[in-house]
Amino acid sequence: MQTPTLFALLLLLVLVAYGTGFSRAIATARSRGGVRSLASLPNYYGVHTALWCGLPALVILGLWMLFDDAIIRTLVLGGVADKPETISGQNLLYAQIQNLAAGNLIGATTPQIQAAADHLVSLRQSGRWMQTTITLILAAGLGVYTLLRISPELRAREKVEKVLRIILLACACAAIFTTVGILMSVLFESLRFFQSVPVTEFLFGLHWSPQMALRSDQVGSSGAFGAVPLFTGTLMVSAIAMFVAVPVGLMSAIYLAEYAGNKVRAFAKPLIEILAGVPTVVYGFFAALTVAPFVREVAQSMGMEASSESALAAGLVMGVMIIPFVSSLSDDVINAVPQSLRDGALGLGSTKSETVRKVVIPAALPGIVGGVLLAVSRAIGETMIVVMAAGLAANLTANPLESVTTVTVQIVTLLVGDQEFDSPKTLAAFALGLMLFISTLILNFIALHVVKKYREQYD
Amino acid sequence: MTDLTQSNLTQKQVRERIEARLASRHRKEKIFRGFGIASIAFGVLAVLVLFTDIISKGSSAFVQTDIQLQVTYDPAALGIETVDEESLAWANFDAVIRNALRERFPEVTGRRDKRELYSLVSNGAGFELRERLQENPQLLGKTETLWFNADDDVDTYVKSLSKSKEGFLGRTSEQKAQWILALRESGELEKRFNTTFFTNGDSREPEQAGIRAALVGSLFTLLVTLVLSFPIGVAAAIYLEEFAPKNRWTDLIEVNINNLAAVPSIVFGLLGLAIFINFFELPRSAPLVGGLVLTLMTLPTIIISSRASLKSVPPSIREAAMGMGASRMQVVLHHVLPLAMPGMLTGAIIGMAQALGETAPLLMIGMVAFIVDVPHGITDPSTVLPVQIFLWADSPERAFVERTSAAIMVLLAVLITMNTCAVWLRKKLERRW
Repeated sequence: MQTPTLFALLLLLVLVAYGTGFSRAIATARSRGGVRSLASLPNYYGVHTALWCGLPALVILGLWMLFDDAIIRTLVLGGVADKPETISGQNLLYAQIQNLAAGNLIGATTPQIQAAADHLVSLRQSGRWMQTTITLILAAGLGVYTLLRISPELRAREKVEKVLRIILLACACAAIFTTVGILMSVLFESLRFFQSVPVTEFLFGLHWSPQMALRSDQVGSSGAFGAVPLFTGTLMVSAIAMFVAVPVGLMSAIYLAEYAGNKVRAFAKPLIEILAGVPTVVYGFFAALTVAPFVREVAQSMGMEASSESALAAGLVMGVMIIPFVSSLSDDVINAVPQSLRDGALGLGSTKSETVRKVVIPAALPGIVGGVLLAVSRAIGETMIVVMAAGLAANLTANPLESVTTVTVQIVTLLVGDQEFDSPKTLAAFALGLMLFISTLILNFIALHVVKKYREQYD
Repeated sequence: MTDLTQSNLTQKQVRERIEARLASRHRKEKIFRGFGIASIAFGVLAVLVLFTDIISKGSSAFVQTDIQLQVTYDPAALGIETVDEESLAWANFDAVIRNALRERFPEVTGRRDKRELYSLVSNGAGFELRERLQENPQLLGKTETLWFNADDDVDTYVKSLSKSKEGFLGRTSEQKAQWILALRESGELEKRFNTTFFTNGDSREPEQAGIRAALVGSLFTLLVTLVLSFPIGVAAAIYLEEFAPKNRWTDLIEVNINNLAAVPSIVFGLLGLAIFINFFELPRSAPLVGGLVLTLMTLPTIIISSRASLKSVPPSIREAAMGMGASRMQVVLHHVLPLAMPGMLTGAIIGMAQALGETAPLLMIGMVAFIVDVPHGITDPSTVLPVQIFLWADSPERAFVERTSAAIMVLLAVLITMNTCAVWLRKKLERRW
């Protein structure tokens, strides 16, 4: 049976279970003086039956769908007598078998592969059959069992609420699973990468050219994995971005919080916040097609040589993107400074700007620093702007008019397109991802800590 | 100012000193305020420049140069006798177009000139004819007048004519320009609304490229994201806000959520690649995987906003319900949740808008493939609108620049609509206690 039909059937069973549970509760109560003698409301008996009917079957079905491909694969490959040793060879063989089973293989086949394909087809068929029977029998069996146990003394509400609570807890744990998933995926591949490239070379090497030589006599494919040019490139672009975003964001937050009238505030604030909602790919397009040529022209008119993919253009646009981020975070902390501090300073005769510079900002400083750190972590992890507007060449340079490359750009270029999972080239992307994850993790951790600590100060 | 208070100056001297510094203090005040205004102006200017740049580049893509031709479904030229599936498959529709062009310009004879002439009309014209003949088989042998998309070079040239008198020739030769002007003179060449842009999928030819496939792909991806992230996010928020005991485990969950909200999106792409595609062997380029990755990415946003809106429900509501004998679960499900729903929906819309604009993680899971067909389900290979923009921005053809900008305009329009909806919803439904 096809999976959607199975789901529909299961849903039907669940609905039937709810209905019968509901009516059975009322029926059992009738002899004892009506619904009032039930321990819970009748619909809880319905939900109780439905949950027991649906949930275990659904879990089994889900697990089955996750693992049946892998199990079938090992069974099929186990049946092949002389299979290749390497994983990629086995992948190839299995793809061939799958294609043959689907009936769209062109080319020569051996009887062995034909037999494996037949095996695959029969396994799939029996697997599907088993899946349908097991799920439905489980659902129906547990449904009937729960139904039979319904009695007025059964505390259905408590049982239902317990299950619901476990579901809620499981959903809350999704965040932990995600973090663990991220860590596992980048960590394992990175460890495999560090088996072929030493950590010290990766962290301190000055030369980055990830193209691996396919043959030993190929030219220009040294396969060097020194990531320092990427780190400096990332830092330069982020620094340019912060150079734009921090003063502009901070000053506009100060102006909006301390000076602007209601009208200006109502007009300027949402307008600047539009910048936060623009997708990064749009900024990338803007940077590559409008800002980069502009930067180049300006540089040329001043007698300087600028690359068409300069770090400056990418950094400037990234700065614009981060302005609303800095400004809204600073706005929060500036507004959290108690009015009494301002009133005190103003009462002593200081001007508004003196109040802001000598009282409000020092009081808000930890929060502002936290916000800036968060902004830095966002700049480091920003991808699309640099992919579209910064270059691919790993230059170790301090000149913002030259083209540089960043960690995120390299991750994208290494992983887009066809990849093989055992070449250091692909694995390098995961090592870079690990670096990215760790650095943003540390920045976020410090920033959140600082902001939280500061907030408590005036609460 | 400390020196004034410490010394034993007379009152008059003090006032003189203060007044002497007053001018410079006021000047500083003005400068500081000027910086503030300049910052605001910079931000506003950035918005304006960005939008005018995109609109000025992209608005021309909504019209497309079309050429009117008199085509004859000549069986001899087509090389078929009857209209059936097989003969349509190898019928030579390009020959029909060529004949029509030769008839329009009978003076063209040279081989090279002819090839130049044929390139006036898009390569897709033949496919259009095929579809037309397939739908109306009785047309075989008849003649009719139809509009065809012009080639992208022609389109670029014609559009540039409205900006300057000579226009931008680019790859267009002088002679071709003459033909174009002649066609325009006689009304056989017109700029018309670009329906292709909304009905076609991607194409290597700019004049045939459209955003339909990407839009549908985005829709499927968002659907998966919404169906997964909203229930999970709300459930997590309910647990953390209403049930969670104060212990290490809860703290761990909270730290994780806050941290995930700030993890770069590309890292989620790595997760999707390593776990969903390599480990679970889900199909590449599919909206299903894209939706899963975006779910993980938007979950923190939805959880945080849902918690905020649960927090804003006053405790008196909970106490009243509990006083009436409701269990904690009943309090939450029957009373708190309905009241918090508007805020949660607002958060969900904002999260969806964020997911719609996301590109980087989807590049990782292979949604960058060149896909022409409109996807029919969540496991079909497809692309999404931001990725389509990225792909077009990389294309060398000049005509793709305006299409990229036009696609950006569509994307921004959708995003602005979503955000406006969120704001409207919040204003309309949110209650203040």
